[in-house]
Amino acid sequence: MTTTPVTGDDILRGPGFDPAMLRFQFPILAQKIHGDKRLAYLDNAATTQKPQPVICALCEYYEFCNSNVHRALHELAERATEQYDESRRKVARFIGAGQEESVVFTRGTTESINLVAYAWGRKFIEEGDVILLTEMEHHSNIIPWQILAREKGAKLVYVPVLDDGSLDIEAFHRSLSSKVKLFAVTHMSNVLGTINPVKELADAARAAGARVLVDGAQSAPHMPIDVQDLGVDFFAFSGHKMCAPTGIGALYARRELLEDMDPFMGGGEMINRVSLDDATWAEVPHKFEAGTPNISGAVGLGVAVDFLANLGMDKILEHDRRLTAYTIEKLSAIEGIKIFGKAPERGGAISFEVAGIHPHDLSQLVDREGVAIRAGHMCAQPLMKRLGVGAVSRASVYLYNVEEDVDQLVYAIGKAKDFFKV
Amino acid sequence: MSSNADMDELYQEIILDHFKNPRHFSELNDDEVLVDEYNPTCGDQIRMTAVVADGVVKDIRYDGHGCAISMASASMMAEAVVGKPVDEARQIIADFVAVMRGEKDSDLAELGDMASLEGVRRYPLRIKCATMSWHAISKAIDKIAT
Repeated sequence: MTTTPVTGDDILRGPGFDPAMLRFQFPILAQKIHGDKRLAYLDNAATTQKPQPVICALCEYYEFCNSNVHRALHELAERATEQYDESRRKVARFIGAGQEESVVFTRGTTESINLVAYAWGRKFIEEGDVILLTEMEHHSNIIPWQILAREKGAKLVYVPVLDDGSLDIEAFHRSLSSKVKLFAVTHMSNVLGTINPVKELADAARAAGARVLVDGAQSAPHMPIDVQDLGVDFFAFSGHKMCAPTGIGALYARRELLEDMDPFMGGGEMINRVSLDDATWAEVPHKFEAGTPNISGAVGLGVAVDFLANLGMDKILEHDRRLTAYTIEKLSAIEGIKIFGKAPERGGAISFEVAGIHPHDLSQLVDREGVAIRAGHMCAQPLMKRLGVGAVSRASVYLYNVEEDVDQLVYAIGKAKDFFKV
Repeated sequence: MSSNADMDELYQEIILDHFKNPRHFSELNDDEVLVDEYNPTCGDQIRMTAVVADGVVKDIRYDGHGCAISMASASMMAEAVVGKPVDEARQIIADFVAVMRGEKDSDLAELGDMASLEGVRRYPLRIKCATMSWHAISKAIDKIAT
């Protein structure tokens, strides 16, 4: 038997996409939980863990570069400004924005959507206009529009969700009219895992004269994103769900839209000239970044998107799909379990219920076996109502999860069932 | 081993019994609901009605959905409060909530099944589950007892 010798090239290429090896880059995953239990972190749709390079980037920024951006002329300010601006370029490349001016740093998806509702919506939505949403939206893509609609006398219309968890595409097409000024939709449901055909939806909505906003909180971490190819007007996402620190995210918007929009918040950084009575605004995207931004967060996000891009978003998606299929197969074999979301195109957010055990009790019991899952309404109360449940349990996978995590969950659910005698 | 012992403390047999066979639970008509409590962090809901006559809590009924802790606690609450004079009922409610919040040392042992909920105090996120029905009955009594 012969073995192929390992060459220098192989070493440079590294082991390829290998989640079992990748785990070592996430220090938090190495710890034991409740004494001696291996940690199976399956709450990635809520937030992901951070790899060593991102953690180190934060330390390095504060140890060597910390300063305010775009103001002072000293060396540290130059370093901080350069890193902050470089991160914006990295994020723009990561989502195919075409130009860095289209990327506004925010606190995350919620702030990005609120920014659009406030700065675009207040200017362009009028009485009688329709804002088209879907039944599977997270509260962050419902509430800002409710507030806007109430203020403007606009109307909210919701595209229904079919029983398998996919969007009712026919109903969507029927809902389009010249009244629809905005279609806001999630790219991937945080409850059902459904991946919506955003490109097709955006094409139709824009042809009908609507602007299109996509909530990319669950998609940007898990699949290649090209906002220009998708043909969307706005794309919102969070850093912390894709290996970056909390408190940083971004809004992509077509540049001409950003130019037309009024500012979101007023203050430093977002102005050009200021007199006692008047002011003019800074160029985009700075017009939307009032105050000292989350510089270290932005730097961390830049490192995170490099980390992900180096692994390959296509590889991450492939891994997600494989592990999602494995998880659904294993969970389905458990007696008394019901999985929500059977759309043909779905990602790794897997919601379920176990007959006779409330999701909170299940979550607490599997935690004792070292398994972290989410329980509750998932910030999607209208969808919970549609599904006819008050709460669900959710396991969600990411690039560092392995089959052993899923097996540990299945084992822990079995123990919970024994405990509750169901 | 230790984790099982923890869980045994949190989910005692008596809690699981109340969860599976809740006392005084019955589906309410919308028009008889006195109090509708909702826990927005977890989606648990309880709707409650009560009858007070001659200064005594004669009956409590409730419906809703929630975890074992919240449903068992509602069941135990109803058992503990029904038949008590209003003043005494208020005292029991106040004592229970204070014990759960850690403001008062436990004398739940005197209160039968409710003693089994003591373990909840070690899980801050679950204390609201245990107290939801108690807040509901407190509001219900305030509404109907003059």
